[in-house]
Amino acid sequence: MYTYNDFDEAFVRARVAQFRGQVKRRVDGSLTEDEFKPLRLMNGLYLQLHAYMLRVAVPYGTLNPDQMRQLAYIADRWDKGYGHFTTRQNIQYNWPKLPDVPDMLEALADVGMHAIQTSGNTIRNVTADHFAGAAADEIEDPRPVAELLRQWSTDHPEFQFLPRKFKIAVTGAAHDRAVTKAHDIGLRMVRNTAGEPGFEVIVGGGLGRTPMVGKVLRSFLPKAELLPYCEAIVSVYNLLGRRDNKYKARIKITVHENGLEKIQELVEARFATIRESFTGHDQALLTEIEAAFAPPAFVGKSTDGYEANRLANPAFRSWTDTNLSAHKADGYAIVSISIKKHGNTPGDATSDQMRVMADLAEQYGHGELRISHEQNVILPHVHKSDLAKVYAALREADLATANIGLASDIIACPGMDYCALATARSIPVAQEIATRFDTLKIEHEIGPLKIKISGCINACGHHHVGHIGILGLDRAGVENYQITLGGDGTETTTIGERAGPGFSAVEIVPAIERLVLGYLDLRRDADETFLQAYRRLGREPFKAILYPNEDKANAA
Amino acid sequence: MSRIFTPKVVTANALLEGDAVWLTEDDTWTRDVSKAELMTDEAHADLRLLEAQARFDEIAGAYLADAKATADGPAPTHFREAFRTRGPSNYRHGKQADSASRA
Repeated sequence: MYTYNDFDEAFVRARVAQFRGQVKRRVDGSLTEDEFKPLRLMNGLYLQLHAYMLRVAVPYGTLNPDQMRQLAYIADRWDKGYGHFTTRQNIQYNWPKLPDVPDMLEALADVGMHAIQTSGNTIRNVTADHFAGAAADEIEDPRPVAELLRQWSTDHPEFQFLPRKFKIAVTGAAHDRAVTKAHDIGLRMVRNTAGEPGFEVIVGGGLGRTPMVGKVLRSFLPKAELLPYCEAIVSVYNLLGRRDNKYKARIKITVHENGLEKIQELVEARFATIRESFTGHDQALLTEIEAAFAPPAFVGKSTDGYEANRLANPAFRSWTDTNLSAHKADGYAIVSISIKKHGNTPGDATSDQMRVMADLAEQYGHGELRISHEQNVILPHVHKSDLAKVYAALREADLATANIGLASDIIACPGMDYCALATARSIPVAQEIATRFDTLKIEHEIGPLKIKISGCINACGHHHVGHIGILGLDRAGVENYQITLGGDGTETTTIGERAGPGFSAVEIVPAIERLVLGYLDLRRDADETFLQAYRRLGREPFKAILYPNEDKANAA
Repeated sequence: MSRIFTPKVVTANALLEGDAVWLTEDDTWTRDVSKAELMTDEAHADLRLLEAQARFDEIAGAYLADAKATADGPAPTHFREAFRTRGPSNYRHGKQADSASRA
């Protein structure tokens, strides 16, 4: 894993010192809120419904055990003993007090972390496949490139005042777990005909008010050209992107309004101009970074105990069936720790749980942890012979829910329980849906199902790419929930279609239950997933399930 | 005829803690909406908002929120404002916990 060099360390410390001074001047009245707001946002500090909120970047979702322990310490010392893992692989603290924030940032700097550019119209935390470096289907670990992008984008003088925020995601695998097609720039590692690794560069994807699937700007970009090419894209956007209307300022609109061809021309022209100025220092840096991400020393040992434990313990077997993914090293598995216990808040982990996960990563996981955009925590490298011990420890910590990829593994934004922008709550809806499916004991029968909930049109909860998406709105002063169907956030990214009129807060959970039970009757066999059935049958049969009285109403 | 003015309270977030506060008649900030000044005159409400915004070393983001008179004092009319008087629904944090511990 990458550790801060002297430059990173000095930069982050300097920013903490600056912000300490800014907070002091805000508190003593030398700065107004209008003056202070852009300064606090540059450092990830929001003002929400009930308190400030500090959004801490977890670069490409990667943490080491000491960092995780420090996140727990910060939660205990300055917050309410928990943290919220977000859909952009970050962690948010919901209750910091303004005078404490500089100390929190100092504590983050102590473990090589910060909250810089987690807000504002800048290049945000670069996200990556949460199975990076471990996935069996990977060409290369995408994190060195993500780290290079982090260093390049952090405090990049040209890109501190972009028309709007800018999000980059990168994956090294064939199966897209990083939602690259819903990012401003999505980078998918591919090989050219000569077998060399490079990137398919996708641009102009995004969710929010105007959801769009990203378009391929370059089908193959040699790895060595990544930084100048990304700089060319952002620089074209910086000039061309609209600043007159916040809702039309994202690059997806720039691409849509100008057309992909024009953007291609401009980017290639800009690329040709700046290519030479990247004299190879970036590549030297990348080589250093790659060394820091060298794979751990995987061990070869027997996995016999694992199979025996699976046979002996049905609960363990069920957990291994849902929460493990294929690892590239023999005898290893990727463990997804569900932060979605039925009835709990999606993505919230207590400080004690964070420490347990840190200890497990240290003891059994080659010292690595990941945060997934689906708001779970990953132990990317666990030997199968250690899985029973890991499971037992997770169970003790209330972290052994066997529901990864199932109906209760719901993404939910904080919604109106915390967020100042929200138009409705999302957490209680997620809690109730998960609890309901747990009571029915049918989520294993239902199989893979992604339910994603956003509490406003900005779509932090990725509802557009949920197989079932739920969007909370304010309709005449009452919470109302719209359902979208058939969304998909993988390499076959699809924006879900609106099912019909919204449901009230009391109707939404029964509607979801009706929909899912109805799917069980519609599917061809137990192997046909919700999404497959939807693609085969289209919207109508699902609509008929959701709105059973509509025909009668129309006939009347 | 002038349109009917929905009664308002001035609300903001406290500068240090960031939680919701409301402006009282005697120019203090209260954490209890029922103790806020309920304003039924639009011009007066606009003036009070300006006065509140000038107190930027105490609060941030002052605005006028719809409210109604009840037997216990002003109360919010919109669910967002109601949430601000209590706190989140997933944990007993924020005002609902503070008032419980005070009781």
